[in-house]
Amino acid sequence: METLVSIRGLTVDFDLGHRVVRVLHGVDLTIGKGQAIGLVGESGSGKSVTWLAALGLLGPRAHVGGSVQLSGEPLLGVPAARLEAVRGRRVAMIFQDPASALNPVHRIGRQIGEALRLHRGLDGAAARAEAKRLLERVGIADARRRLDDYPHQLSGGTNQRVMIAMALAGEPDMLVADEPTTALDATIQAQILDLLRELRRDGGMSMVLISHDLGVVAENSDRIAVMYAGRIVEEAPTAELFAAPRHPYTTGLLAALPDLDGPRRRLVAIPGTVPEPARLPPGCAFAPRCPQAIAACTTGVPPLVHVATDHRAACIRVQTAMAA
Amino acid sequence: MLRYLSTRLVRALLTICFVVTFAFIILRLSGDPALLILSPDAPPEAIEAFRKSWGLDRPVWEQYFHYFAAIAEGNLGRSMRDGRPALELVLERVPATLALTIPALILKIGIGIPAGIYAALHRNKLADRLTMLFSVAGFTVPSFVLGLLLVLVFSVNLGWLPSGGQDSWVHGILPVITLGTAGAAVLARFTRSAMLEVLGQPYIRTASAKGLPWRRVIIDHALPNAAIPTVTIVGFMVGSLVAGAVVVESVFSWPGVGRLLVIAVANRDLAVVQTILLFVAATMVCANLTVDMLYGWIDPRLRTRRVAGAG
Repeated sequence: METLVSIRGLTVDFDLGHRVVRVLHGVDLTIGKGQAIGLVGESGSGKSVTWLAALGLLGPRAHVGGSVQLSGEPLLGVPAARLEAVRGRRVAMIFQDPASALNPVHRIGRQIGEALRLHRGLDGAAARAEAKRLLERVGIADARRRLDDYPHQLSGGTNQRVMIAMALAGEPDMLVADEPTTALDATIQAQILDLLRELRRDGGMSMVLISHDLGVVAENSDRIAVMYAGRIVEEAPTAELFAAPRHPYTTGLLAALPDLDGPRRRLVAIPGTVPEPARLPPGCAFAPRCPQAIAACTTGVPPLVHVATDHRAACIRVQTAMAA
Repeated sequence: MLRYLSTRLVRALLTICFVVTFAFIILRLSGDPALLILSPDAPPEAIEAFRKSWGLDRPVWEQYFHYFAAIAEGNLGRSMRDGRPALELVLERVPATLALTIPALILKIGIGIPAGIYAALHRNKLADRLTMLFSVAGFTVPSFVLGLLLVLVFSVNLGWLPSGGQDSWVHGILPVITLGTAGAAVLARFTRSAMLEVLGQPYIRTASAKGLPWRRVIIDHALPNAAIPTVTIVGFMVGSLVAGAVVVESVFSWPGVGRLLVIAVANRDLAVVQTILLFVAATMVCANLTVDMLYGWIDPRLRTRRVAGAG
């Protein structure tokens, strides 16, 4: 498969003035053309930061290292104009809380029109017609009237559809959906996920679906990468990750997920919380919460190694099991 | 919309009534105009005659109703000092005051808002820290201190500018700078924090993620939102156009409404003081009303809520 985005050794340090905190510790990720990747982890694991860093959206207080390439061209350290040509046009992004992600003082039509003018040179009536078409495409009824609405006049689900329409305006090669359904009701959640799936199927767009919920990404991704405390700890094709998880954190996430079929069982939560970036434990960051931790876990950070042809995990026990 | 407007108008009228009543009572409790204008050594018959002619011998509540009845007929009374209509006295001073406060307002907006935006966009850099340093200095130094300081430097030491009077526009330079500095400082600080608040909002990130150049993100997405709180402060400044220069007019002996107020209060020239306060309250209330209307124009969230409330 042709590679669209390749992230290598991506690091992010936040400059807090009195100290510098590393929140991303070298992330490697490859997204193929038309592929859908799920990025899973608890909040603070670095899922969103990875993509905000890749697109240069973190602001001046973040120092980003490593490399990000889009179709072979670098994205890090390039002039602002280069990045602006990528954002929205090649890689579009939608966010968690659609109500606050849309500008409260501008009409929906204007906010979509802005992207249309920027990326497709459409203006005036042409832009309006296309904006209306996009709203219809994302399943908004009475699209012509909605163009003149402000975000606060629409529901959360509709606002997220507007965000998606805006993202589609640039006809991007890839859509990064950062917790697109977290702020929405369960029924709306399913509708938005269906819409994203449908768009991907029709348009051949690559997609990165960021979520804290394995259940959400399960049905919408070809591959899943599990992140913990600023690192990818396991990465595998979706079916394999669910069938044969190798990292105890992934196992823990799966145990916390209810089965739709199969016998009823008690859901198991992972004890404890994600450590703060400034206070990571020595060695494997998951060790203090890990039911299978051994003494060796605290001596060094386990590297992400292949446990099968297309399956990588970062756990010292997996390594020793492989070596034996 | 109409109901919204009418309730605001009624509230505005109540505010003005309250101000006038308050001033009426305080002035009458705090000194006797007859003694102040005629001097305490004047013969008792003269003082008695003065009180009688101005109605001061009647009970306060009667004076009060009399006063309100006169206002309703458009009669604001006469100055006790020279017998001229109070309204005329005040009106002839208004242009002089506006000649100071309007350029000062332009100075405040012209310097304060851009400085605040610039500081916010360069947060924690040297430019931001310097701007905020000047801003703190600008609004902590009282205007009479700043005024005297400017006189000391530019009039006494350098001899470049006059220290007082109203002979030409050159005389207005120091008072305008004195007035403008504190306001610009307040506005810079306010604009900066409004901008910082807005720049941290998710829709700014959305605008960047869309591919808009940073300049357009600022102009099209950040500024309209940051304008909402800033308008409040500017509205307040517009409201104090008539009475905002009391101290500065005194320092620079500028014959405006502020100086008239100081003199009239000192003499307990009741009609004049009350007319000025009525003017001040009315401009403040008008400015507030305008700000409320502007809010609806800038912030669509308020507009629809208002329509929903009226319908």
